[in-house]
Amino acid sequence: MAWFSKKPRIATAPEPIEAPSRMQGLWAKCESCDEIIYRQELEKNLNVCPHCEHHLPWTARARLASLLDPDSFEEFDKELEPQDPLGFSDSKKYKDRLRSTRKALGENDAFISGVGRIEGKPVSIGCFVFEFMGGSMGSVVGEKVTRIFERAHELKCPAIVFSASGGARMQEGIFSLMQMAKTSAAIARFRNVGKPYISVLLHPTTGGVAASFSWLGDIILAEPKALIGFAGPRVIEQTIRQKLPEGFQRSEFLVEHGMIDAIVHRKELRAKLGQLVTLLG
Amino acid sequence: MANGINYPLDFERPLIELEKKIDELKALSASGSVDFTSEISKLEKKAKKLQTEIFSDLSRWQVVQLSRHSSRPYFLDYVQYLFPEFMELAGDRRFGEDPSIVGGFARFDGRTVMLIGHQKGRNTKENMARNFGMPRPEGYRKALRLMEMAERFGKPILTFVDTPGAYPGIGAEERGQAEAIAVNLEVMSRLTVPIIATVIGEGGSGGALAIGVGNRVLMLENSVYSVISPEGCASILFRDATKADKAADALKLTAKDLKGMNVIDELVPEPAGGAHRDHAKAAENLAKVLRKNLAELAQLSGDELIQDRYQKFRALGVFSEGR
Ligand SMILES: [Zn+2]
Repeated sequence: MAWFSKKPRIATAPEPIEAPSRMQGLWAKCESCDEIIYRQELEKNLNVCPHCEHHLPWTARARLASLLDPDSFEEFDKELEPQDPLGFSDSKKYKDRLRSTRKALGENDAFISGVGRIEGKPVSIGCFVFEFMGGSMGSVVGEKVTRIFERAHELKCPAIVFSASGGARMQEGIFSLMQMAKTSAAIARFRNVGKPYISVLLHPTTGGVAASFSWLGDIILAEPKALIGFAGPRVIEQTIRQKLPEGFQRSEFLVEHGMIDAIVHRKELRAKLGQLVTLLG
Repeated sequence: MANGINYPLDFERPLIELEKKIDELKALSASGSVDFTSEISKLEKKAKKLQTEIFSDLSRWQVVQLSRHSSRPYFLDYVQYLFPEFMELAGDRRFGEDPSIVGGFARFDGRTVMLIGHQKGRNTKENMARNFGMPRPEGYRKALRLMEMAERFGKPILTFVDTPGAYPGIGAEERGQAEAIAVNLEVMSRLTVPIIATVIGEGGSGGALAIGVGNRVLMLENSVYSVISPEGCASILFRDATKADKAADALKLTAKDLKGMNVIDELVPEPAGGAHRDHAKAAENLAKVLRKNLAELAQLSGDELIQDRYQKFRALGVFSEGR
């Protein structure tokens, strides 16, 4: 095995944070119970650990394909591309970060949207791509979310958004912040249509995304044990100088405090959305 | 002029020391022993030149410091100068009263307006009471209650933004900090009365925007408005909180930057040396701009006001549509 040690250890080289880790190869490890799971089995189980029911990250495309009626999803606004309005640069130029992330993921930005059907009924729907810079909201995400509500308005159909985001995209500065106002205003208009906006909060949903359209759902659902809140736990701990209690800002905590409607296991999500769309559609 | 500035910033210290010297000479002259008139006028000229030098070329980080200056006029200072008959209205009617946001009816040029602003404290004791101008959900819900009331009575709303951000605490999260902010964003977008939001100091992220959805968004010349504080940005992206000056440059967060990017409508000029050097003049400048904008908005119907506000925020964002 001498040749092995001389080889560059490509397999264990640290991956860029934008790329999906853990999910590659034949086997995956549950981040909660550490069990090794055959990847195909995990996928068949909607990326829920069969041993401990932990909800592992699930890609936006797999989620949309699985939750909507077969082959009913038609993507919109795919051609929207991020710009670099501030000429932003930290350890890396924002432009370069965008380029490498787009290449690694094959997505233009952190959101996929379009129309599809649930129980045969049309819905205007979108989902965050968390792997894309932590699902951060810049101009493209804000625009796509806004158009979800405009499209739902036009089609007079329900709107559904799955959120998973660390919040604003700092690299787009004030433009990122203003997406909060833009998306919320679009919802205000959509309210007149008399169709529901169902917001589904995934792990994690924080910051400017939580504090705008995500928390404005007529109905707000969450996956189990998702971290959901305004401030991130680290920021809170630094501010109050104490450790946060177990389960703080998790879905269960939010139900208990009256902040969301229900927790829905991923396996039941399709049925629940169908039920809501049928009840209110 | 140097009076009342308790904690000068490093870059304004030479100026303030020079002014102190002038004051001393004036006092000596007044006591009648020696005549320093020519020295005084020489030094005054020098001070003026120094002030121009310092303030004509401020770095973004210096503007951040000015926006947080402990002697800067706060919301209630402007109330005192500009808005007679201010009647403060407390509480969100749900949980509590949050003194980091203050609101109430008052008069401006004789007509009734609703005023809502973040309020910081001048000293430690005041800051404890005001939570350093960082609202909890109760503050935002009080603001919401008052804005909806203003709409009911057809009164324009003037908001004054000056906060490091919404408070990140246990109780704030338990009581729905994110929800409180989100609801304000939605409701402000559909109110039928004129709304003018003015950033008078620090515009700290979502906690600022939550009272900032106006038909007009104005900023005082040395104020800032940003998605994250330069310190926060530096510690996350530069992995070094001491690089806040670099982060401030990267974020392009000054009033001038934002005007240049067409994100805000108008700059409110500050008196020479910054608003903290002359509260009365700062207030007078603000009144002028508010008056002009209010008059313009008074021409619009309720529906037109909603439309105007919607289009304004709908247009914000920079992206390409590919191909
Ligand atoms: Zn597991």
